[in-house]
Amino acid sequence: MPAITQTEAPVIEVSHVSTRFGEAVVHEDVSFTIHRGEVFAIAGGNGCGKSTLMREIVGLQAPTSGSTRLFGMDSRSLHDGQPQEIHRRFGVMFQQGALFSSLTLAENVAAPLKEHTKLGLDLIHDIVALKIVSVGLPADSAGKYPNELSGGMRRRAALARAIVMDPELLFLDEPTAGLDPIIAAGFDELVLQLRALLGLTVVMVTHDLDSLWRISDRVAVLGNGAILGIGTMQELSRSNDPVIREYFHGPRGRAVREQAVKRETHLEG
Amino acid sequence: MSPAVEWKQASIAVGRDEAVHCSGPWTLQHLPDLERVLATVSWPRLRGLIFDAGHITAMDTGGAVVLHRTVAQLRRQGREVSVEGLRAEFAELLRVVSANWDRVEAAPATKPNWVEQLSRWIVERARHAVAALGFIGESTVGVWQALKRPSLIRWRALLRSLELDGFNALPITGLLAFLIGVVISYQAAEQLRKFGTNIFVVDLVGISLLREISPLIVAILIAGRSGSTYAAQIGTMKVTEELDAVQTLGLSPTQLLVLPRVLALMLALPLLMVFADGLGVFGGMLVASNQLNVSFTEFVSRFEEAVAMRHFLIGIGKAPFFAIIIVLVGCYQGFQIRGGVDDVGRHTTTSVVQSIFLVIVFDALCSIVLRWWDL
Repeated sequence: MPAITQTEAPVIEVSHVSTRFGEAVVHEDVSFTIHRGEVFAIAGGNGCGKSTLMREIVGLQAPTSGSTRLFGMDSRSLHDGQPQEIHRRFGVMFQQGALFSSLTLAENVAAPLKEHTKLGLDLIHDIVALKIVSVGLPADSAGKYPNELSGGMRRRAALARAIVMDPELLFLDEPTAGLDPIIAAGFDELVLQLRALLGLTVVMVTHDLDSLWRISDRVAVLGNGAILGIGTMQELSRSNDPVIREYFHGPRGRAVREQAVKRETHLEG
Repeated sequence: MSPAVEWKQASIAVGRDEAVHCSGPWTLQHLPDLERVLATVSWPRLRGLIFDAGHITAMDTGGAVVLHRTVAQLRRQGREVSVEGLRAEFAELLRVVSANWDRVEAAPATKPNWVEQLSRWIVERARHAVAALGFIGESTVGVWQALKRPSLIRWRALLRSLELDGFNALPITGLLAFLIGVVISYQAAEQLRKFGTNIFVVDLVGISLLREISPLIVAILIAGRSGSTYAAQIGTMKVTEELDAVQTLGLSPTQLLVLPRVLALMLALPLLMVFADGLGVFGGMLVASNQLNVSFTEFVSRFEEAVAMRHFLIGIGKAPFFAIIIVLVGCYQGFQIRGGVDDVGRHTTTSVVQSIFLVIVFDALCSIVLRWWDL
C-alpha cells in the first residue's frame, strides 16, 4: 500500500488555474488551498465557473493552465479508468444527483463498496441500508429506481452514495439548490453531523446564503474570472468589494445575514 | 507478536479473562479480514459479556456496523453485552449507527409475493393496451380535425419531416433495392437456366419486387431510420418537460408532433417505394442481360405483358398503412417514456421492433386477403 503522508499538507491545492472556453475567460490565475476538516464553500453568481472549478479539482476537466492537486496528487492523473487508492478517499455529489438510472437506490449506494472493497454482500447490504436512513430517506425506498424518486430524494440518495465509503473529502455541487427550506436545513445539519462523526473535509459549491452562513468555515467568492474574496462569512460581509457587497448585502443577503447575526447573539446572550 | 504489529489488523478475540478484545483499525479496508476472524470466534458461555474496545485505533461507519451487528446478535441470544473503553468519537459514531439501525429495522419488509407480482404485471399490460387505444383514438381525431380544417396542419413541420424521413432516405433505399434486385435475379438465373426459361426472370423480379419485397424493404428501413427517431425525439421532449410546455401554450402535442409526421410519411413512403421499384428492377435487369442473355429491350417488352399494373398498385397501396403503423408506434413509444433517460433508449428499441413486427403482420394479412379476392 502506498504510504499516506500524515503531515498536515493541504487536502486541496489550486495554483494559478486559468480556464478558457474559446474566447470566453472563465478563470484567470485562481489560487487557494483547502485544509483538513474544513467546510469550504465556493460561492459566486450564476455562470462564474464554480462548478467548472470543482470539476477541475476532481480531475474531470483540465484547466487551460495552472494545476490542481488533490491529496498532493495532480488532478489530471486521477482518472485513467483504474480504481485507485485515491478514489476511496473522496466522494462527489453531482448537481443532478447523477444516480445510475439502471440501478436501484440500494444498488447505486452499494456501487462504490462493491468496486473498492471485498466485503461480504450481507455486510454491504447492512451498510447501505444504514446510509440510506442516515441521509433521511425511508428504509423501504431502497428498492426503487431513480426515476421513481422525487428530486429531493434523488439528491439525498446521491449524498448517500458519495459518503458510503466514509471518504475523507466530500465534494458537493449545489447540494441545496431546488430543495425546500426544511430539507435544505436538514441537509446542512447532515453535513455538520458527518463532519463531526467522520472528520470530513467538505468542498461545497453553492449560492445558498443560508447554507453559507450555517455551515461554511471559509468561503471563496468567484467573480469576473478571479477570486474576489476568501475568508469566513463574517470577514466577507465586511468586504468592500462591490460584487461581494452586492452578493451579501442585496435584499436576500441582508435578510439571511440579519437572521444569522440574531442567531449568534441569541446563543451568546 | 508485538502489539504494534497486531494493531495493523482489525481483530476480535476472546481473552483468558473471557472478555472480548477488539483492536486495530475497524475500517472498510480491514473489514473483510475482520469478518473472517469474527466467523471463527467462539463466544464464552457467560450471560454477561464485556467488549473491551479500548484498542480500536480507527473506526468508520462500516466498522461501527460490524460492532453493532455483533453486539445486537449476542443480545438477541439473551446475553447482556457492554462495550467498554471505546474512544469518545467512536462511541458517538456507534450511537448514531444504532439509532439509525432501529429505523432500518422499523421499516416493514416489503417483498411482494408472486400473486401480487402477477397481478401487477397484468394491470400494467392492460394499462398499456388502454393507453395505446387512447393514443390511436386521439391521433384519428387529430387527423379528422386537420382534414376538416387544413389550417391546423403545420406545413413547415410537414415539409421538414418530408425532407428528413423521405428525401434524405433516398440514397439508402435506392441502393438497398438495387442490391436486392441483383440478388433475386442472380438466384433465379441458376434455376431458370436449367430449364431454358431465361425470360421468366422478368416475371420473377418484377412481381416479387413490386408487390412484396420493395414495399417491405422500404417500410422496414424507414421503421428503423425514422421510427426510432420519432420515439427518441418525443421521449427527450417529454423528459425535458418540453411536451408540458407545449400543452401549457394551449397546443396539442398530437397535432404538433404526430400529425405532420403521419401526413409526411404517408406521402413519402409510396414515393420511396416507386423509387425502390425502379432501382430494384434495374438491378434485376443488369443481371438478366449479363447472366441470362435477356437484353434490356427484351426485358422491358416482357415486363409490359408479364407484370400486371395491379402488382404495382398493391405494393404502393400498402404504403400509407405502413406509414401510419410506423409513425404511430414510434410516437406512442415516445409518449410512453417516463422520467429517466435510460427509458428513452429502451422505448426507442421497442418502437423499432414493434413497428417492424406490425408491418410484417399487416403485410401477411394483406397477402391472405388478396388471395381470397384472387388478386
